[in-house]
Amino acid sequence: MTAVFRGVWVIAYRELLRFVQERSRIVSSFAMPLLFLVIFGAGFNRIIGAVTPGVDFIQFMYPGIIAMTVLMNSVMSGLSVVWDREFGFLKEVLVAPLSRGGIVLGKAAGAATVAVAQGFILLILSPIVGVSLNPLLVIKLVPMLIILSLSLSGLGILVASRMRSQQGFQLIVQLIIFPLIFLSGIFFPVNNVPVWLEVLSKVNPLTYGVDAIRQLFLAGEAAATTGDFVFGVTVFGHTMSIAEDILIVAVFGVIVMLLAIWSFSRQE
Amino acid sequence: MADRTDIVEVEELSKNFGQLTAVDRVSFKVNGGEIFGFLGPNGAGKTTTINILCTLLRPTSGRALVNGYDVIKQRTQVRCSIGLVFQDPTLDEYLTAEQNLNFHAYAYGIPKDIRRKRMRELLELVELWDRRKNRVRTYSGGMKRRLEIARGLLHHPKVLFLDEPTLGLDPQTRRRIWDYILALRQQEELTIFLTTHYMDEAENCDRIAIIDYGRIVALDSPDKLKDNVGGDLVSLKAENTEAAIAELKESYHLEPVTENGMVTFNVPHGETFLPDFIRSFNSHLLSISVRRPTLDDVFIKLTGRAIREQEVGLRDQMRTMMKGHR
Repeated sequence: MTAVFRGVWVIAYRELLRFVQERSRIVSSFAMPLLFLVIFGAGFNRIIGAVTPGVDFIQFMYPGIIAMTVLMNSVMSGLSVVWDREFGFLKEVLVAPLSRGGIVLGKAAGAATVAVAQGFILLILSPIVGVSLNPLLVIKLVPMLIILSLSLSGLGILVASRMRSQQGFQLIVQLIIFPLIFLSGIFFPVNNVPVWLEVLSKVNPLTYGVDAIRQLFLAGEAAATTGDFVFGVTVFGHTMSIAEDILIVAVFGVIVMLLAIWSFSRQE
Repeated sequence: MADRTDIVEVEELSKNFGQLTAVDRVSFKVNGGEIFGFLGPNGAGKTTTINILCTLLRPTSGRALVNGYDVIKQRTQVRCSIGLVFQDPTLDEYLTAEQNLNFHAYAYGIPKDIRRKRMRELLELVELWDRRKNRVRTYSGGMKRRLEIARGLLHHPKVLFLDEPTLGLDPQTRRRIWDYILALRQQEELTIFLTTHYMDEAENCDRIAIIDYGRIVALDSPDKLKDNVGGDLVSLKAENTEAAIAELKESYHLEPVTENGMVTFNVPHGETFLPDFIRSFNSHLLSISVRRPTLDDVFIKLTGRAIREQEVGLRDQMRTMMKGHR
């Protein structure tokens, strides 16, 4: 067991050390989500107006943008695996007396810490967007973001476990990230779209992550005006609660993490 | 110096990469405290063997023990017993030397007080203590290699594996790396297992296994290996070559070879042979020289070709394949 814990902590420690030293990454991981929020927000807010009573488009999109920031940072954690392989450091890690599972979990834990921190920094924008924050909401947000980011880091590491070049990884990740983002309900409610789009969106685990965060943020806003709760993805007629959303994300996370550990251990 | 027990034991070890047999039923033992060298051309199976011994590769068949632990069943114990310096750098270049060493210390669970003391000791040994706060990115190739040697020793390993430790370094740096290696053997209870394709470096080993096409073709101390070539090479030039040859054959029972007026023959110990020989030799000598056979002569004798001249096609293919399996 010590080999697992030591693995988790030492690998996570290095991920954080590296992150602090790469200032460009800190900036770039905000750039795209912010761009979406500002441009889509400014462009569509007046046309679309209220998505549901009491919630305008930019408010609707804002929780999704937080999820998106977490997604980008988490999946990119795989890049450090590829990077390590390319520059040889992975060998130093692999010959150390650390368990393979611990190494994978450590990578994910390091990435998740970064991702959650970045997600939290976006909370600064909430007054501008017009979403009210309260301490309870912030406390509830922490475990949600942790579970979401651990799951998505697992996905990133799974993809990276066999990739040998950074370019190759970036390419594959683009192919994964964009469908995940566009089919996650960040930009539109997924309950009221053409069937093919609805099906694709509802098999996307990120959809549930976005939905959980959105319910947390906007339940109050929506309820204040309509008294009726309008968010929540419906699956087979059942409207998902926050807990159910998180459960789906967690199950997805456990599966990809186990696959990542398996894939990582099998290589020599 | 460590006791003379077998610190590395390899029995009938093989590794195939698809159709290619990189290591072919290799058996050998390494004594505690010795410098043991694997000498052979690129692609001979040296790195593959090291990778198996350090648990990075699973052997296709056979058995290997390091420090008494099985490299397949007791990986963690093996990993704790060994230090490694690979051919290609394995440092995190964006971190400082100190951070790299700290990472290693944490990964091997070295207690804090020992870590501090040991880090200073080793960084001073490899003369990098003053540069410890610099990022590795700013280091030269030789400095990186020195840092890796220090890192490989941080957790007090029993065996230090050095895979081509001086590959790609300039002669001056190579010599310094060797100074450290030889100094280490004095200071630590350490066995050093290294691979090289430099003949002159192999001379520093206590024992050498010459490996070619995945097989060990000879294993002994450098001196004994060279003795097997037939002793030292003596070359002389005489006023009357014919008479000299006749005398060598009759009085000394030697088999001299003549080339461009130079007469060459083998004797077991050239240095002790020469004084008496010069005094009692009747033909008039113009010049005489004695040369120890080099490991190159040994390699040529064993394999029929020099270590550097090798067909590239198959070996390159093999090397690429092994990279793919790293």
